[in-house]
Amino acid sequence: MFEAIKGTFPNVVNYWDRFIDSMEATFQMFFIAGLITVLIGGCFGILLIVTKPGGIKPNKPVHTALEVVTNVFRSIPFIILLIFLIPFTRLIVGTSIGVRGAVVPLVFGAVPFFTRQVESALSDVDPGKVEAARSMGSGTLGIIFRVYLKEALPDLIRVLTITAISTIGLTTSAGAVGAGGIGSFAINYGQNMHYQDIVNLCVIILLVIVSIIQITGNTLARRTYNRELFKK
Amino acid sequence: MIVIENLEKHFITKDASVRAVDGVSLTIEDGEVYGIMGYSGAGKSTLVRCLNFLEIPESGSIEISGFGRFVSDAGRLYREEQSGRRAVAEKELRQLRRSIGMIFQHFNLLDRSTVFDNIAYPLKYCGKSKEEIAARVDSLLELVDLTDKRNAYPSQLSGGQKQRVAIARALANDPKILLSDEATSALDPEATESILQLLKDLNKKLGLTIVIITHEMAVIKAICSRVAVMEGGKVVEEGPVYEVFSAPEREITRRFTEASSGLGKIGKLVESGAVELGSSPEKKLIRFTYTKDTVGRPLISTVSRQFGVDVNLLLANVDVVADRALGGIVAEISGSGADVAAALEYIGSCGVRAEVIENV
Repeated sequence: MFEAIKGTFPNVVNYWDRFIDSMEATFQMFFIAGLITVLIGGCFGILLIVTKPGGIKPNKPVHTALEVVTNVFRSIPFIILLIFLIPFTRLIVGTSIGVRGAVVPLVFGAVPFFTRQVESALSDVDPGKVEAARSMGSGTLGIIFRVYLKEALPDLIRVLTITAISTIGLTTSAGAVGAGGIGSFAINYGQNMHYQDIVNLCVIILLVIVSIIQITGNTLARRTYNRELFKK
Repeated sequence: MIVIENLEKHFITKDASVRAVDGVSLTIEDGEVYGIMGYSGAGKSTLVRCLNFLEIPESGSIEISGFGRFVSDAGRLYREEQSGRRAVAEKELRQLRRSIGMIFQHFNLLDRSTVFDNIAYPLKYCGKSKEEIAARVDSLLELVDLTDKRNAYPSQLSGGQKQRVAIARALANDPKILLSDEATSALDPEATESILQLLKDLNKKLGLTIVIITHEMAVIKAICSRVAVMEGGKVVEEGPVYEVFSAPEREITRRFTEASSGLGKIGKLVESGAVELGSSPEKKLIRFTYTKDTVGRPLISTVSRQFGVDVNLLLANVDVVADRALGGIVAEISGSGADVAAALEYIGSCGVRAEVIENV
């Protein structure tokens, strides 16, 4: 078994410790940045729905501000965002490299994306349900938690899956500017040192990670769907 | 009792301000089934949403027995108290809404919650224990005859069953008033009938005041005791259902009654040339309206025998409105001018209204 791996990925074995380190760094970036993104992007998405004209608490200034910020950061390509944010990142976490330095631009890159996704998932909730909840005396929080989030759960899981996959992608780009992780492993050891097998392995690893996320997301979304005769 | 006075609700759009409700005054008695009828865009939905303060009126007042009198001024809502008026807080409005039930055209159930959880939704706000909530939901399920669907999801129910769940949910907090916004418009005729029957029963059993908005005259005819007809944000005709429909004063009310009785088809017949309008003394196209006491009389044959006129029946219909018969005939009467005039006079003396149709 080991011989077979050694035969296919000879250089990976030579840099095995590096490989494990970069896997670890990728997962750290993914989970830390992902968690912050879900919290901030989720709140922003909900705020966009709640404060929109005709929403349950219309608030033009808040809505417009969120719209503008989201659109601006969504239109900056991530690789540019990475270098653009370097001074800011240094200010906040003291460094612009490594996992710590990568989390800040990752959050800036993923939050606008997730915000839009959450907004679109929540806007699919039938306004009639919101009106019914209002007629039963639900307040803003009641409507957010008992109607919007509850009814949109399968869609929210779906958009969470998409965002998770795209965040994995972002972590590899961050690798290009010194963040570490699988991306930088593939670039520094695979491409720069002409070890094609390292690049191949990185591709396989990423494929596996993305597939696991996708399958888990799909299963959860289907399980929470509760429609038709799925749940018997 | 609900007393609405001079209610105004405007919507500001980009180009104009729309007067959705334009100076409406109405009184709805306790325990009655009150219908508000009109075409879409007439403002009936907005009016009914002002009753549970989903919409805050621009101006005017609403008095609801047990809740007090609310006055709106420049889009702000105040409660009238002995010491003067006091602005109503959002929290108070939520309390109020909990005491007024509402059902909708598209049911608006939560798809990811079971029937039980849907009905329990409003109960979570009244501080009851789990057991109390379960007991209440079960008794509501019995009330709407859906005990066997307790753990089903809305997608597993028919339209009529969904509306029953919605009714149970609306009644969860024991409201005295139920607002129904086109509740039967998305249902097939059979389900419509069963829902109307249920509403009728609830009205009797619980003494529930029901306000129904609809564009279907059949609904009004079946269960309402009084009706208001709305057009362009205004109530144009109002009164007991039978009186309004047997002697419609407004064009819109007549259109509703004729669409329902089928007598409106005379317009099509005239247009297609099958019937001539003709209002010469010798030949007249007449619309007869029979009310409760006259439906049983053999008027047409009496008239043609006694006055020597020809009566050509074109359309005829007997409707049951608020449990009483309402008949209508469209016929052509021809003969000598004097005979026709005498025949019409005789018909009028029998209590049947006869109108010459001069245009359609």
